[in-house]
Amino acid sequence: MSSASTNVATSPEFPLDAVEAAGARPASLLRQAIRLRRSQIGMAIMVALMLVAVFGRYVAPFNETEIVGDGLPNARHVKDAVFGSDYFGSDVWSRFLFGGRPILIQAILATILGVGLGGTLGMLAAYMRGKFDEALMRSLDVLLSFPQLLLSLVVIAIFSPSSLVVILTVGFTTVPRVARVVRGAALQVIERDFIAAADALGESRARVLFSEILPNVSAALLVEANLRLTYSIGLIAGLGFLGFTPNLTAANWGVMIQQNRSALTIQPWGVMLPTFAIALLTVGTGLFADGLGRTVAGIDRGKAEV
Amino acid sequence: MSLRLPIAKFIARRLLFGVLTLFVVSVLVFVLTHVMRGDTASIVLGREATPESLKALRKEFGLDQSLFAQYRSWIGGVLSGDLGKSFTTRQAIWNALSSRLGASLFLLFCAGVISIPLSIALGSFAALRRDRGFDSASSIVMLILAAMPEFVVGALLIIVFATNLTHLLPATFYISPEDPPWSNMKGIILPVTTLVISVIPYVARVTRAAVVEVLESDYVEMARLKGMPERTVLWRHALPNALGPVFQVIALNLAYLAGGVLVVELLFNFPGIGTALNDAVRSRDLPVVQFLALAIASVYVVTNLIADICTVLATPRLRTRLT
Repeated sequence: MSSASTNVATSPEFPLDAVEAAGARPASLLRQAIRLRRSQIGMAIMVALMLVAVFGRYVAPFNETEIVGDGLPNARHVKDAVFGSDYFGSDVWSRFLFGGRPILIQAILATILGVGLGGTLGMLAAYMRGKFDEALMRSLDVLLSFPQLLLSLVVIAIFSPSSLVVILTVGFTTVPRVARVVRGAALQVIERDFIAAADALGESRARVLFSEILPNVSAALLVEANLRLTYSIGLIAGLGFLGFTPNLTAANWGVMIQQNRSALTIQPWGVMLPTFAIALLTVGTGLFADGLGRTVAGIDRGKAEV
Repeated sequence: MSLRLPIAKFIARRLLFGVLTLFVVSVLVFVLTHVMRGDTASIVLGREATPESLKALRKEFGLDQSLFAQYRSWIGGVLSGDLGKSFTTRQAIWNALSSRLGASLFLLFCAGVISIPLSIALGSFAALRRDRGFDSASSIVMLILAAMPEFVVGALLIIVFATNLTHLLPATFYISPEDPPWSNMKGIILPVTTLVISVIPYVARVTRAAVVEVLESDYVEMARLKGMPERTVLWRHALPNALGPVFQVIALNLAYLAGGVLVVELLFNFPGIGTALNDAVRSRDLPVVQFLALAIASVYVVTNLIADICTVLATPRLRTRLT
């Protein structure tokens, strides 16, 4: 897909090329995307932060709620605690090592839910067309008029901020955004002959959707999944920052920023470590998503771009 | 005259759809906050609830009526400017929120006035310098800024400008309740900057794409071939045609800002609707949550409506397609 590939979303005049580009196998797409400098940097940052988030707890010197030193809160110099103590007297470094996992796991599960359901609805809307398409997309438009955070806030306040509710809410508010994109990509696939052939053969709707259309929109779906992961991490960390998390004493990067910010001038590490971590994690996934997107859209045009 | 009529028809249809969307949004807000919640009164009163006090509270807020009647009296009140009373303070919502609303609108206004022209300028400039130094540098910077959540951008700004590092600006926004928000301009710099930084990448990106598309179009090529000065080509032929999509993005971003204020206000202790909503959600103050959710969603619907109409009016291609 050197020169012929064009932007999936904006080139109705070359549907075949676009579909070929978008229909590239995810594995070969990844291989091409990783040639871009930005995907390399993004992936390096992403993997590093994910390792910290997942395995950090195993190398943490203290437990997440353990009090260190003399139990003095917001102390900068504590014996055995490199980054001092937090608002509660716990070790900042240990809480940092513990605090990424809940955000990352919830964000990944929410993304899987949102992209899975949104992708299915988007493909279904494109395949069915007509009234079903219209009704579905219009109702998703209504959901889109709520900022994702607002809707999550209201729903989580109604139930409780348990992990399950956070995952479901963030996942469901992701659905309309994914459905729109996937519908756009699927509309171009629907026009092609093999779909008509599958219909003529009397294949079931599920089979047409998942074994005929899905492989041809999987590249677009992969890009969208990465982008949504970036936003889900930000959103879930933000909910933590607002205090909507199952357990306020458990370590969580978003919660840490909120808890330690009043002592920012005397003990900055409690805010700085989680802030840098969330920033790096989202920037890493964002850069990687952009590298994938550029490869699908063919913006790289065969030359090594940053 | 024959050309104006379809536009009027389009605007009427779009308005109708906007009103319909607002109606569905209001029902959704109502249903979300009301039905799923179980018995509101016992939640509000908590442990102090006695059968008598529960009954009194239900009557006071009309919770003993049918759901339909409750919706009708709520939406009727909103439309006539009577928002009802807060559960927790028992005060009229409008009195408690009007100064908050004003403060948030001022924050949004400052962020909008700075971010919209700045991002359009950055996006157009990147399009003109396509694939050269400025373009690739700005693309990377925008990408990084777009990925970070607003409160992290804000926290980074606080770390740089409001701690021992420089100590240039206050980390929190403080005004006495009777003062207007513009009485503390130094305190508003960081919240506004946070919002501006969070919004610019999106508008700049779409502006760049729109201008690039226009610059590659046949009529710009034609204008150049006719030997027109590049400046005329740009300002008279290219940019007016790139305006349409930009309207859409501005609308999207005003809406995005309306959502962004939620966290940013809390980060800087800014006394706006974001902090109000957060307090209301925490204390389960249903009428306040309902009104604020409806207000924020309405900002989105209305700005989108205006943007759609502006886009059609600003795009000759779309204008003629209506006929």
